[in-house]
Amino acid sequence: MGEKILQVSHLSKSFGKHEVLRDIDFTVNKGDVTSIIGASGSGKSTLLRCINLLETPTSGEVNFHGENILTRKGGAAAYRTKVGMVFQSFNLFSNMTVLENCTVGQIKVLKKNHAEAKELAMKYLTKVGMAPYINARPRQLSGGQKQRVAIARALAMDPEVLLFDEPTSALDPEMVGEVLSVMRDLADEGLTMLVVTHEMAFARDVSNHVVFMRNGVIWEEGSPQQIFVDPQKEETKDFLSRFMER
Amino acid sequence: MDLLIKLGNDMVRLWDAYGSAYLGGIRSTLILAVVATVIGCIIGLICGILNTIPYTKSDPLPKRFLLRLIRVLVRIYVEVFRGTPMVLQAVFIYYGLPYFSGNAMRFDNIWVAAILIVSINTGAYMAETVRGGIISVDPGQTEGAKAIGMTHVQIMTNVILPQAFRNIIPQIGNNFIINIKDTSVMFIIGFTEFFAFHRYITGVNNMYFPSAAIEMIGYLCMTLIASILLRLLEKRMDGNDSYELVQDDSLTLSAGTYNHPDRGTPFDERNPEGQKSILREELRRQAERDAALREGKKAETRRSHGNRGSDQDGGER
Repeated sequence: MGEKILQVSHLSKSFGKHEVLRDIDFTVNKGDVTSIIGASGSGKSTLLRCINLLETPTSGEVNFHGENILTRKGGAAAYRTKVGMVFQSFNLFSNMTVLENCTVGQIKVLKKNHAEAKELAMKYLTKVGMAPYINARPRQLSGGQKQRVAIARALAMDPEVLLFDEPTSALDPEMVGEVLSVMRDLADEGLTMLVVTHEMAFARDVSNHVVFMRNGVIWEEGSPQQIFVDPQKEETKDFLSRFMER
Repeated sequence: MDLLIKLGNDMVRLWDAYGSAYLGGIRSTLILAVVATVIGCIIGLICGILNTIPYTKSDPLPKRFLLRLIRVLVRIYVEVFRGTPMVLQAVFIYYGLPYFSGNAMRFDNIWVAAILIVSINTGAYMAETVRGGIISVDPGQTEGAKAIGMTHVQIMTNVILPQAFRNIIPQIGNNFIINIKDTSVMFIIGFTEFFAFHRYITGVNNMYFPSAAIEMIGYLCMTLIASILLRLLEKRMDGNDSYELVQDDSLTLSAGTYNHPDRGTPFDERNPEGQKSILREELRRQAERDAALREGKKAETRRSHGNRGSDQDGGER
């Protein structure tokens, strides 16, 4: 087990009177690949967005290297450079080319010069197989290609943790594979990842920790072996069996 | 028909006599419209940006109060200047300011007055347009930018405003064209633009209809040219519809993402190795043919098979 990077404790989030997350506790260690599974509306994405401060938790703590980021003053932007995010709907900047998408953060936020930024961007674009498309604009790419660029954009910021919010849910079936294989490579290289996904095979084979969420709480968690082969709770079995039947 | 010819003759006579006056009017109108539209856009941009600075309940009270105040002031400005006729605003400001300030504030230059009035008016419309443009940009763009650690100002300048600006160009065009036409009310403060000359010229010779015809054609020409230029600007901003694949990087080739039908053939201009690989291909085929000959007649079919296989090899490398 590596060092603790992220620790979420007693995290709750309500939208008005609707309580989406209740008393969430979990830890992400360096090098972990954690999959968060569960039915739609169980709070998976909200949890991820709370970790990245795209949503402000109602109560609880999110500790990054032992420091509570919720109380740190004006630190949201600086913190986010350390915790990258890949979205379901890609969210590439549509006014920029592929290369610019991957360099703008480095240049404007990390204050790198253009040459350095380009070099790193090319490294990651090559890794995701999108280097030939650096002059293309997002609208000219397929969904899978966009998502691979989005992954490169997040990697180019050199984050310590990368959050994936259903990265393949908006993709055509034939494009899911290319994105998952990129993610698999990243996991093999030891990147710390937190993945909200409906891809059970990915959760089972790639991650080393699986979190099953239900009704805004962590219902069951453990190694993929524990969750997929020997789930302890009825609801977990239920959920998984419905997925396996499909 | 006779009437049309008569109209044509009258217009030619008018143009011969006052052509330079009309052209001078067109010049004034265009300068006023362009300058006022640009300044108006800047005013609108500032108002629109101020209006969309986000604040939450957790922000300190002074900040919330200030932002709230700004929104109210912008709202008042927009409602007042959008809700009253520009011709009245012109009178109100041009004659009202000296009246209230005991001549301490007055316009010595009619250009300053005209540009000020049209700019403020345009700004009121543009404030709402810019706000709409900013809102219309997909919230995902903001989230994407936040996720790589950009601050609000960075998000605005790098991501949101360029897209919002692209989206509101048609509306800026609208405002520009409206300004070309509506600056005609500036005659009320004695600004001599295109329409003012119509009034002077017809005051001398009573040729109302021919002069109005010239004016109509003049305005239409101006607005049509403006439309065309704006379309060109839009096209430019959208960038090229196609893009070039870059493959000077050896890694990208092996990644297997680069593919086009001419790949590995002599027609592949990007591949200096093409010629060589064709040679290799030819040698391989030769060898295969030889082998097939040795194996006898049955190998005929296998040969074509082999050929197809080797083609694919070339395509994948």
